[in-house]
Parts: sequence; structure tokens; C-alpha cells
Amino acid sequence: MTTAPTAEPGDAVRLTGLSRTYGSFTAVHPLDLAVPAGSFFALLGASGCGKTTTLRMIAGLEEPTTGTVALGGRDVTALPPYKRPVNTVFQNYALFPHLDIHENVAFGLRRRGIKSVAKQVAEMLELVQLGGLARRKPHQLSGGQQQRVAVARALINKPEVLLLDEPLGALDLKLRRQMQLELKRIQTEVGITFIHVTHDQEEAMTMADTVAVMNAGRVEQLGAPADLYENPGSTFVANFLGTSNLIEAEVTGTSGGDIQLVAAGQRLTLPAARCAAEVAAGGRVLAGIRPEKVALTHRDDEDSVAEGRNRVPGRIVDSSYIGVSTQYVIDSPVCPELEVFVPNVERDGRLVPGAPVVLHWNPAHTFGLDAAQDIDAGIDADAEEAAA
Amino acid sequence: MQTRPMRWLCRNIVVIAGVLALGYLILPNLVVLAFSFNKPKGRFNYTWNHFSTDAWQHPCGVADMCGSLTLSLRLAVYATLGATVLGTMTAFALARYRFRGRAATNLLIFLPMAMPEVVMGASLGTLFLNMRIRFGFWTILIAHIMFCMSFVVVAVKARIMSMDPRLEQAAQDLYATPAQTFLRITLPLAAPGIAAGALLSFALSFDDYIITSFNAGSTVTFPMFVWGSAQRGTPVQVNVIGTAMFAVAVLLVVAGQLVGGRRRGARS
Repeated sequence: MTTAPTAEPGDAVRLTGLSRTYGSFTAVHPLDLAVPAGSFFALLGASGCGKTTTLRMIAGLEEPTTGTVALGGRDVTALPPYKRPVNTVFQNYALFPHLDIHENVAFGLRRRGIKSVAKQVAEMLELVQLGGLARRKPHQLSGGQQQRVAVARALINKPEVLLLDEPLGALDLKLRRQMQLELKRIQTEVGITFIHVTHDQEEAMTMADTVAVMNAGRVEQLGAPADLYENPGSTFVANFLGTSNLIEAEVTGTSGGDIQLVAAGQRLTLPAARCAAEVAAGGRVLAGIRPEKVALTHRDDEDSVAEGRNRVPGRIVDSSYIGVSTQYVIDSPVCPELEVFVPNVERDGRLVPGAPVVLHWNPAHTFGLDAAQDIDAGIDADAEEAAA
Repeated sequence: MQTRPMRWLCRNIVVIAGVLALGYLILPNLVVLAFSFNKPKGRFNYTWNHFSTDAWQHPCGVADMCGSLTLSLRLAVYATLGATVLGTMTAFALARYRFRGRAATNLLIFLPMAMPEVVMGASLGTLFLNMRIRFGFWTILIAHIMFCMSFVVVAVKARIMSMDPRLEQAAQDLYATPAQTFLRITLPLAAPGIAAGALLSFALSFDDYIITSFNAGSTVTFPMFVWGSAQRGTPVQVNVIGTAMFAVAVLLVVAGQLVGGRRRGARS
């Protein structure tokens, strides 16, 4: 086992000024990133955002244009892939078709001159619940099983870091959910640092301790999933991670810890602590609110809405019942398409398309973003990926 | 009632066509087989006289025939080895690397396959003559390696091109040095293409007449022997050798099918 002396025991991976350009195209802008040891770290972004290139540079399969890669405090930038204490689970698994499952899993051990591999291989196949399939060939296994073999083949080497490149991309939705939990279980069990590349925001949020959202070769924001979701720092993150209603508003003033806004004549309150932009009276800001945090009341019952809540009038354009909740699209003077998810607890029969409504929410749930950015950034990114 | 035979015909038309095509292909071989048991009246083995196993009991009973057969087999083995090694290396170079003249090489490699054999044989003969190289075993071998190589390159290149480059990356990621990656992953994966190229080379080299005759000098290979003896009257032993070669080829194909079938069976 290659356990390097760790100068900085806290970081399993440290990238410093790491970048990659192909001709005039910059795949990854100079990137600084530290991944704590033992964590489940996700690189999240749409296709072409540079997340896979970053992963391949850590593995040594891609040469960085500038910058360094350090593993456990040791600079490995100049090392070829076969000398780095990392292993990769490839997107299409890349299992060796001419070797059986046992030999696939034993491959890394054998290359390091370990003779008696049978016991370790059996244990590893047990861990991924594939005991008894050791003599099958890869093409005789289902997609989910192949995926587990790929994980076992990488993990058996006890790498300092396990790199996963869209490992669940080829699986159907149900299997994907199952494998997400499985991977999380394995990571907890073995305690190895995982770096997981994905375009699926739900996957990243379910599995990772820390998520780095990448866009156009840059890390837009980094943090715990709940942090990113509750306090997005840019419109891209706000739209890419779940959905957000973004309302363009004018700053009228500040009072206490709150910023007062006005949008299409409607007064809104935004906690200053949750505003990612510099604001001054008269300036513009984007007030964001997640669709599930908004309540919907029929215009006739407007008086029942408590004082002090942010409120916006509107008219229901569309509603779709999806079981746990009903999703409404509301046309409002502040924004032509506001989304509201209402849990199906007590359904108001009057809330049908065409009905006049009042949207209202706790001002503390509002977040503020710089108005000088593309309000739709990150909306299409996920849909494009899903269509591909 | 008239439609019943028609219906039978419609249902079995594919089988009938298949049997007819197969018959067309195999009939000459069956004739060769049958006449290997003939005892011809005169010098020519073209009319049936009566059954005999003489030729099978003395396959080398004809002067010089088995000598030329051994020569042809030796040539085929060496030519296959040479063409397979050189062709495989060329295929890897063409499929994996960018270099000056790559496009031209890619095109020129097809030339020996497309060019008429007479032209190639004659020009090669002229070349050897001008270089004052004595015709014989080595000139034939050089000629055979040359025209077999193209087939190996084409077969192996197709295989390499269809290979997933991520398999080699995965091997490197799993601590395999470049040499180990080549031996453990690349070569086994390219093996079917290499084997196909080698088999083709053997067959092509063994039965080549035209190019060989231009570069053989006084050396006589088996196809040349058959051609020569056909002028004076073919010995029955030629049919024996022909039938034996056919049987070996059929056995190889059947064995290959059985192995492949077992693999497919295990898959499902």
C-alpha cells in the first residue's frame, strides 16, 4: 500500500492553480480546490463544464496546462497514472471484456506483485454483493452488476482517493437511486475519500458531504448540499440546483437586518445576511424564493394572510398534480412565470387555472442575488443533459 | 390442391437456395475427393475408371511432389509469421499515431490487394533481377510477406479502431505500466484481428501461383507442381493432398464454430 507521508493530513486532494486548455478552448480555468480526507465530494455541473477533465487530471489521465495536483500533501503532478495512489470508476465502467470478474477485480493487486489475491477479491465481491459471480465475464452481468464490479476493482487497491466519473449515468432511475445509497454505504464502510463527478444535482445532494458546482470551467460555489440549496451565490447555482423563482426588484432601503425591495409595486423584504450582492438604495437585486417555500391563497381569502409576510398577487396559469404535491405556474406582475409547489394536505378546490391568487412566504426564506447576471443561467443546462 | 406445393416452396425457398449455393461451392471439392479414389487408365485423371485406395496409401508416391508440398508449407508458415508481425506493427502505427506520410501509407497499404498479381509478380521479379538476387526460397518468401501484409494490416487495424481507449486508461489507472497494459489488455483484445490476418496470410501464401512463379527461379512450390503436372497428366496424389487440405480447413472452421458457440452459450 502506498501511503504517502501526509504533510497536511486534513486534505486528501489539493489542486493549486490547476487548468487545462485545448488550443484556444479553456476546459478548466485555474482552479484551487481542497478535498478533506474521508469526505464524499461531488463535482456537479452540466456536460462540458470541465468536471470530468478535472477528475482526469487528478487521475493523471490528462496533463494539466498549469498548476499542481497534490495527494495527501505529496505533489503528484509529474507522476503517470500507474504511479498515483488513486483509482477511477469509469463512466462506462471500462471492465476488461476478456477477463472474468475475479481477474478484473484482482488486476490492480496483481500489477503490484501481490500473489495471493483470492481472499481479498472474495471479500471485495462480498462487499459489493457479487459473491458467486467471480467466474462470469463482464458481458454476462447486468448494468448494475457491472457498475459494482467497477467499484470493487477500484476499491480493492485501497486508494487514497476514489474517483467516480458519472458512475451511475448508464443506469435506469430506480437502479440509480439504489446504487446511490449503496455507494454511500460503501464509502462510510471503507472511509476512503470519494470524488464523484455528476450532472445530476439530486445525486450530488443525496450522496455528497460537499458539492462543488462547476460552470464553464470554473467552480461557481462550494459547500454542503443544504448550504448551496438554501443560499445559492449565483443565478446558475440557484437554477441548476432545484428550481428558483427569481424576481427582479429595486432596493428602496435597509432597516435593521433587512433590505426593503419593491418589484412591480409590491414591497418585499430580504434578510441582508442572505444577500449575495452588494446593495445600495436605488440599485437592483434579484430576490429569490424556492417554489416549495411559497404558500398559495385564493384572492378571496387575502385577509387571512398573516402580516409581515412577503406577498405577490397573481393568476394561476397551469397546475399539475404529481402526488406528493401540486405544482402551479403563476403569472404575476413581478414575474411572468412563478413556480409554486403546494403539498397535497388540504386542497383548495378553487385553485384551478385562471383563479386569482396571492403568493406569500416568510421573508426569512428570501435570498438575494446580483442582478447583473443572466437570470436564466443554469436552467437549460440540466435539461440538455437529460435529453442527451 | 394446387396451392399446396406452392406453399411448401414458399416456406422452404431460403433453404433450397442455401442448399443450391452450397452445392455450387462444394461440388468441385467433392469431385476432387471422388477422383482421389480413382485408378485412371491413362496419364490423365479426368475419367472414372475404377475404385482404388492406392493414392491414399502412397501419398508421396510421385517424384518431387511431397518436396514441393513441404516447401509450400514452410513458406506459408514463415510468410504468415513475417506478415503478421510486420502487419500488426503497421496497423498499430496507423491506428494510434500521427506521423508524416500516414495518409499515404494508409492508401498504399491497399495497393497490393488491388493490383493485378501478374503486374506485382513481374515487377518484383524485375527488381530482384536488377539487384542480382538469386531467385529461390528467399525471394518467394519476401514476395509472400509483401502481399500478405496488407491483409493483416486491414484486419488488425479494424480491430484496434473499434477498441475502447478507456480500457487501456483503466489498466494504467490500476497500476499497469505501459508495457503491462500492452501485454495484458491491448494485445489480447487485438488477438482476434491478428488471428484472422494470420489465417488469411497462410491461405494466401500456400496457394499463390502467379507471383510465386515470377520469383521462384528453379524452386517449385506445390501450386507450381500441380500446374506443371497438369500439362503432362495429373497424378491422383494431387487429389489426395487437395482433399486432405480441404478436410483440415473444414475441421478448423468447425472447431472454431464449436468454441465460439460454447462462448455464446455461456453468455446467454
